[in-house]
Amino acid sequence: MLEIAFDARRGSFHLQLECRFTTAWTVIFGPSGAGKSTLLRLLAGLDRDCVHTARVLYDGRLLSDSVSGIWLAPGRRATALVAQQPALFPHLSVRANVAYGLAHLDRAARTARVDEMLTLVGARDLAGRRPQHLSGGEAQRVALARALAPAPRLLLLDEPFSALDGTAADALLERLQSWLREHSVQTLQATHDATDAFITGAEVALLREGRLSAQGPAAEVLTAERARLTRHLNAI
Amino acid sequence: MDWQALFLTLRLASITTAILLLVAVPVGALLVLGRSRWLAALEAFAALPLVLPPTVLGFFLLVLLGPRTGFGRLLTATLGHPLAFSFTGLVVGSVIYSLPFAVQPIVAGFTAVNPALVDAARLLGARSGRIVLSVLAPLARRSILAAVVLSFLHTVGEFGVVLMLGGDIPGATRTLSIVLYNQVENFDYAAANRTAGVLLGLSLVALAAIYAFGRTRGGRRA
Repeated sequence: MLEIAFDARRGSFHLQLECRFTTAWTVIFGPSGAGKSTLLRLLAGLDRDCVHTARVLYDGRLLSDSVSGIWLAPGRRATALVAQQPALFPHLSVRANVAYGLAHLDRAARTARVDEMLTLVGARDLAGRRPQHLSGGEAQRVALARALAPAPRLLLLDEPFSALDGTAADALLERLQSWLREHSVQTLQATHDATDAFITGAEVALLREGRLSAQGPAAEVLTAERARLTRHLNAI
Repeated sequence: MDWQALFLTLRLASITTAILLLVAVPVGALLVLGRSRWLAALEAFAALPLVLPPTVLGFFLLVLLGPRTGFGRLLTATLGHPLAFSFTGLVVGSVIYSLPFAVQPIVAGFTAVNPALVDAARLLGARSGRIVLSVLAPLARRSILAAVVLSFLHTVGEFGVVLMLGGDIPGATRTLSIVLYNQVENFDYAAANRTAGVLLGLSLVALAAIYAFGRTRGGRRA
């Protein structure tokens, strides 16, 4: 279970919310500029400078608490963030990218873990390539494998499948959800595409101008979006 | 050709460059990754030799390292000899004088690295040291090479600080630029031509090496 309270400012943007996420998969839905990426970055431990007050409690463990001055560094939160831009290290191979967060493992365990992660995302055959030689969708798969490799407890997805075609994204999402359930990893997915919320059957948190405006099942929270999608489908 | 001065100059430049590389990479990383407001003071200190006349810097170092200050007396007592007018003193002066020529290219190179890569490394548990060695330094390798070459050449051509701090002691502090000055003062233009030619050749070869490295690594963006 994830409990959040944030008051953060970046320029004229003000993020202020207090909420609790109890389901295994939550979709943070909102238009561009609503604060979805800012929220995920703060949860990951980045951008501390823009935080006024913060409290993040995950499964009873304090990740951030401005009252007691706690702000765990990004790599010490057992939290992974996969952004739309894969940000793969361009000077390292795919295999070395995925292995980057596994420095604590011995060589054999590291190799096995990298193979497992690349297989999960369907990128096993890309292991020897450099990021410059990957398509956008391939790079996003590798970024996902790299983020999952250190076995995070909380996964933050910021539109990470935007470069994958619909069928490939659906197949990857299905495999990923199954793997995450098996490993008890709670997931927050930021998106401005309502279909993501309906496909995953997740709880939805509706974010507007840095505030949480609604939270609940997709069918209830996204009634307007659902009507809009149905209208478009009927028009075909 | 004053071979003794040439080897002393190359030795001074090599030692200075090695020390500067060890100093400038962490300083550059601190300036790029750090958040403290005091870093502005460090940045100003690292850039100061760019605008300070070499003779002024040499004079301050001469006073600081000499018997007029407590620090200088302590150094003399510790080492058994004063740092001024010694090769070691020259190394200290050269490191300070060439500091911006090492720090500035490295800061520029580290700043040019996509911040999302630094965030990715942090999220994967890397601490600052590992981020510098495994992400910033490899991606800014051309800037680091530029820092090495510029520091080396700047030290080779150094005159004001050397004269103020080291004087003109053969085998200890007489560098090629001092030799050149002496040759011109003695109207020995033929010898001065040869000395100046060596300094010019060194500079050209080293700069060509930087640009050649950039081109073999896939153009000017590395």
